Amino acid sequence: MGDNPTSESLRATIPSSAGDAYGYIVIEHLLRPVRSASTWPALVHGMLDLPMGLAISVPVYVLFPLAVALLLTFPLALPFIWGLFWFARLAGQVERSRLAALHGVALPDPIGPLAPGSWWNRLGQRLTSVPRWKEIGYTVLRLPTGTAFFVVLTVLWSGSATLVLLPLYVLALPGEVARFGLFDVGFGVPVLGAAAVGLAGLLVVAPWATVVIGRLDVALARRLLAPDPGAELAAAAARAETGRAAAVESAESERRRIERDLHDGAQQRLVTLAMSLGDARERLDTDPETGRRLVAEAHEEAKAALKEIRDLVRGIHPVILEDRGLDAALSAVIARSPIPVELTVDVDPRPQPAVESTAYFVVSEALANVARHARATRAYVAIVRKGDRLIVEVRDDGIGGADPANGTGLAGLAERVTGMGGTTDLLSPVGGPTTLLVELPCGS
Amino acid sequence: MRVLIAEDSVLLRAGLTRLLLDAGLDVIASVGDATALVEAVERHQPDLAVVDVRMPPTNTDDGLRAALTIREKWPEVGILVLSQYVEERYATELLAHDTSGLGYLLKDRVADVADFLGAVHRVAEGGTALDPEVVIQLLARSRRRDPLAALSPREREVLGHMAAGLSNSAIAQVLFVNEGTVEKHVSNIFTKLDLPPADRTHRRVLAVLRWLSAEEMT
Repeated sequence: MGDNPTSESLRATIPSSAGDAYGYIVIEHLLRPVRSASTWPALVHGMLDLPMGLAISVPVYVLFPLAVALLLTFPLALPFIWGLFWFARLAGQVERSRLAALHGVALPDPIGPLAPGSWWNRLGQRLTSVPRWKEIGYTVLRLPTGTAFFVVLTVLWSGSATLVLLPLYVLALPGEVARFGLFDVGFGVPVLGAAAVGLAGLLVVAPWATVVIGRLDVALARRLLAPDPGAELAAAAARAETGRAAAVESAESERRRIERDLHDGAQQRLVTLAMSLGDARERLDTDPETGRRLVAEAHEEAKAALKEIRDLVRGIHPVILEDRGLDAALSAVIARSPIPVELTVDVDPRPQPAVESTAYFVVSEALANVARHARATRAYVAIVRKGDRLIVEVRDDGIGGADPANGTGLAGLAERVTGMGGTTDLLSPVGGPTTLLVELPCGS
Repeated sequence: MRVLIAEDSVLLRAGLTRLLLDAGLDVIASVGDATALVEAVERHQPDLAVVDVRMPPTNTDDGLRAALTIREKWPEVGILVLSQYVEERYATELLAHDTSGLGYLLKDRVADVADFLGAVHRVAEGGTALDPEVVIQLLARSRRRDPLAALSPREREVLGHMAAGLSNSAIAQVLFVNEGTVEKHVSNIFTKLDLPPADRTHRRVLAVLRWLSAEEMT
């Protein structure tokens, strides 16, 4: 520790009492803002608060009362309401970038895109959006706060500079006396004292004021221009809860489906098979002809049961998905499709097994749906990895009008995707075509 | 004919052994994992190895990888791969270089004993036996759709049987037509797909498979 010549070790060489050391720490603390490089962009930011306040607040001061006053004749108020929201968005973006550039504080935009709807619906979305109103609140507060900050900064910085220059001013005057109307100031202790105060102002008070005002600016923007951290957490918790519930529900319905398939399919076939064989065994001696027919029937039943179990198990989790990946596993799926399917897979590096398995399920389920309902002549499947997201697209040229509410297939698919933390988008206008877009987080 | 069986399910191994013995074949050994399979082939040099894809040690595609090793080291040993599921990708890997003495069938096919024994003999004698399901997958995955569309439905059917490894007379039996008709279909297919004429059945299979898996040249 002691072998590097830092200020610490140098100070240790100076004989000093505990009091001296304490004084040194206090001075160092007082001088920290003036020595910090971040103070100067903060000063620029603070000085810009007034002009920005004028540019941002004045239009809002005009638009807001106009919009409110014209509410009586509602249609006339509409352009002003729209203008108010639009302008506040613009101001919010500008202020967030100003904060990022000069304070290095990057605030995320709290306002998401509007959900598609009629203009009336979109207006409603705007009017009920708390972050949008907070943004308007910011534009209203910008001018008064900006003026106050600007005044404080100007007075402290230029006042201190004036005091520092006072002795020089006095010396430069004839007779070395400055006449300020009510009182005269000659060169002497008072002037030097004033200069000392000015120096303290320049080195300590003004920089500190700049830092404090910067923090106030950041705090104001954090409250009004950034997402509410509580709401953020609540939203994340709600998303996780939805995902968990969907995962549980999806696993549950998958279990029910397997149970039903086994019960209705293979199990019934095996019962029939055992019956036919039992019957055949009774008759082999007395009625060999019927016995032979029954054995042949049992043989067919056994093969059908095998095929059903094979299809069922393959639908749950094909082994080839594990050792060769999505492209190889989906080969068999598209081969089973009654309509031609074009398959493009570009996933490198391979996502983890749960994601691959979900993507496989999505494509199988979507193609089964296409075959059942779409009356399509062709289908296209594309699976692409973009960074930490896996994008699955299934498109067909069918009649469209697919609705998750109508069939369990699409609803189950969306549920499984939600359970993985992914999103499902279905575009299926009546008349077609249908595009299913699924995004899954790969989490790496 | 000397046959080696590699299958990890004891039940199925016993069943297969009985079935082949009943058919008058000589089952010289049966093993339960991929490592033992390669060793047994080295020791016994059988005419045919019947191999399950999913076997210990890793229970994924061990049997398939063992089959590839055997092909490389002892190409004269016929290999009939049996699997619970048939996959186009496994077939492409297995048939990449040569289709002679190779078979790839669903386990279910064992249930049709006569057909299965036919495939066993065909593979042991250097022919090919591909499961119809694999052929369907290969046709679906083929990027060369347009020339395929030029084939008549009957010609497509014949192409499928060709890819599965059937000889003209076998195809004639399946389709209930005479061999001359099949020959006519085959030569039509070769002309339409611009395939080189091939005399031996297994070379014909290879040509068809290569054609199916190749990218379309434009």
